Amino acid sequence: METKTITQTTTKKQTITGSEAIIHCLLAEGVNLIYGYPGGAIMPMYDELYKFQDKLQHVLTRHEQGATHAAQGYARATGKVGVAVATSGPGATNLITGIADAQIDSTPMVCITGQVASHLLGSDAFQETDIIGISTPVTKWNYQVTKASEIPEVLAKAFYIARSGRPGPVLIDITKDAQFGELDYEYQPCTHIRSYTPTPEVQEEALDAAAVLINAAKKPMIVWGQGVILGEAEETFKTFVEKTGIPAAWTILGVSALETDHPLNVGMVGMHGNYAPNILTNECDLLIAIGMRFDDRVTGSLDTYATQAKVIHFEIDPAEVNKNVYADVAVLGDCKESLSKILSKVTPNAHTEWHQRFKDLYKIEYDKIIQHDLTPTKGGLTMGEVLDGINKETKGDAIIVSDVGQHQMIACRYAKFNTTKSNITSGGLGTMGFALPAAIGAKMGKPEREVVAIIGDGGYQMTIQELGTIFQSKVPVKIVVLNNEFLGMVRQWQQLFFDKRYASTEMINPDFVAIAKGYHIQAQKVTKREELAGAIKEMIACPDSYFLEVCVEKEDNVFPMIPSGASVSDIRLE
Amino acid sequence: MEKKTYTVSIYTENNIGLLNRISAIFQRRHINVESLSASESEIDDVFRWTLVVQVTEAQIKKIIGQIERQIEVIKAYYHTDEETIFTESALFKIKSDLLFEERQIQNIIKESHARIVTVNKQFFVLEKSGMRAEIELLHRELKPFGIMQFVRSGRIAVTKSEMPISQLLGSLTKEEEYAFS
Ligand SMILES: Cc1ncc(C[n+]2csc(CCOP(=O)(O)OP(=O)(O)O)c2C)c(N)n1
Ligand SMILES: [Mg+2]
Repeated sequence: METKTITQTTTKKQTITGSEAIIHCLLAEGVNLIYGYPGGAIMPMYDELYKFQDKLQHVLTRHEQGATHAAQGYARATGKVGVAVATSGPGATNLITGIADAQIDSTPMVCITGQVASHLLGSDAFQETDIIGISTPVTKWNYQVTKASEIPEVLAKAFYIARSGRPGPVLIDITKDAQFGELDYEYQPCTHIRSYTPTPEVQEEALDAAAVLINAAKKPMIVWGQGVILGEAEETFKTFVEKTGIPAAWTILGVSALETDHPLNVGMVGMHGNYAPNILTNECDLLIAIGMRFDDRVTGSLDTYATQAKVIHFEIDPAEVNKNVYADVAVLGDCKESLSKILSKVTPNAHTEWHQRFKDLYKIEYDKIIQHDLTPTKGGLTMGEVLDGINKETKGDAIIVSDVGQHQMIACRYAKFNTTKSNITSGGLGTMGFALPAAIGAKMGKPEREVVAIIGDGGYQMTIQELGTIFQSKVPVKIVVLNNEFLGMVRQWQQLFFDKRYASTEMINPDFVAIAKGYHIQAQKVTKREELAGAIKEMIACPDSYFLEVCVEKEDNVFPMIPSGASVSDIRLE
Repeated sequence: MEKKTYTVSIYTENNIGLLNRISAIFQRRHINVESLSASESEIDDVFRWTLVVQVTEAQIKKIIGQIERQIEVIKAYYHTDEETIFTESALFKIKSDLLFEERQIQNIIKESHARIVTVNKQFFVLEKSGMRAEIELLHRELKPFGIMQFVRSGRIAVTKSEMPISQLLGSLTKEEEYAFS
């Protein structure tokens, strides 16, 4: 895999074209890697990319959706802004799924689209589409550039908005004449926008009120989300958890902020989360939410969610406070700052008996579910034992990128994490097809780390063309397809709630190994328990990209489960 | 919770795309925007939008949060009818003959405090500002004589209490302008 280093670009005033200015702006923002797909309206920019290829690497994906997910994977693994480029019309509309995914999962991303020349706007010109109108509901900000002179300021704003406060996607649409036009180029990074307050100030009174509740609580529980990772607050968060001794549970976007083996880590909340934190959400006397937004997959029915508890909400986005769950105390602001400021106000505690409740319930879940998932002795292979095998080989040091479905829930439940920014999955949107391209971005952003994509046989076929990108750009990702020959998660719901009417969920699949080999990627298929450990070992040892298909039990279900609309404490073990 | 009429006032930077962003917030929640108007505000370079919606207080609070989250929105407020002074404005186009032939029309105009904007041989135009009920009353009274055209504006409103927007803006500085803008 080739990665290139940036050399500082000039910021001196000079007359250049709009398309060259785009490249200089990207370099000035520290971008050295972008994903995209060319076409008519973006050709001037691609011509400059050709000239600047030693400074700015462009990775050609096989579909624009792949470019967005790769940019997202890059952003999630590195914490930097991911960049995706596409042409007008169909190129631009193909970005929408990735943009919507980045919006709901707060991923910093800048998308640049070409647009027809400004004199053609509104005339239904060839490949003209109103991408500003289409992308408005799913972007943090968007803007159409029609003059070359606007490019430096608009791109500076785009990067500032994408990464500041609660991050998100920004789309900049640039007409072809603006790319060809000339400007006096000068770049200043954006540091301030009058109407935009990215990070509310932490209020001392809120910290005091929160500390009082925390110090008085007998059965407190923390639920943390991705905010801890986005705010790079992992260290402070860990100190806070350790000092207060409060059991801490995570959402699937928050996991890896605190290592899996940490004694105060009590597991995952939500629909397929762990038994103890779900049950005890409705028993705790204080719920401390940190950088999470009470998604319905986390809360189940809101009418019965933690109604007995006081709630403290540490949150950067004021619109999230009281949106789903009423907060007795809202601590607005950057959680790294608020958590570090509250440290001196909270008293050390152990909550020994309360922790015992979590342990007891874990034991029930272990006996009933986990044990069978991870170390089955009979029947077909389980998804859980594949994850267990991967944990053994990677020791918890890998970045795990999962797609959407049963395998995703299993990956999030069982993957072991030692370091932050290691679980990359599509949470809020649940976008099948996310994992393969996202794994490309994660690996290119963190080439020194092992990146393993866990994908279902359904979702794999939604972006399978990105095998071409992996081959051409030599990206050594490890791809594991857990093949149950079903759209398994939907099938599970059909079994449980639609009397086993398996409407259009059975899949007759192609020869996945042959397809991978067609792209010159080493590939293997495992059908028997005895072959599994060896195959995983071979995959992890391989210095190049590697494809592993594991044929798992066709009709296994993911448990525990909170049926949709039920209460978290009605979580089912079978 | 009970639904109420709320007047939403939004102070923004001028941006063509903002109307889309704001209306999408209501559309997603299936909330009908009963009226909308936009104009300059008391502050140079700052625009003010006035919207009227029927929602619960819990809903309007969440909506205000989502409006304020938009990059170019400086501040958004919501108020009940009791907290605002508001008015709407309507135009009636009517045949000129009636003005001279029907005595009753002259009385109606006088009593309603409507203003004659223009008169020519064919038609005259009446303008009436005030509460919705007053405009509706005038409409009912004029209808039997024949109204050639009728149009009513959205609500505009000022609040009884002070809007702390000026102080807020004082503490914010407009970003350094680039040469082109
Ligand atoms: C783009 C998209 N279409 C449809 C869905 C609905 N959906 C959620 S999970 C799922 C099944 C996924 O099947 P597979 O990839 O084989 O994973 P499995 O559940 O079998 O592990 C479907 C269809 C979705 N999340 N995303
Ligand atoms: Mg499947």
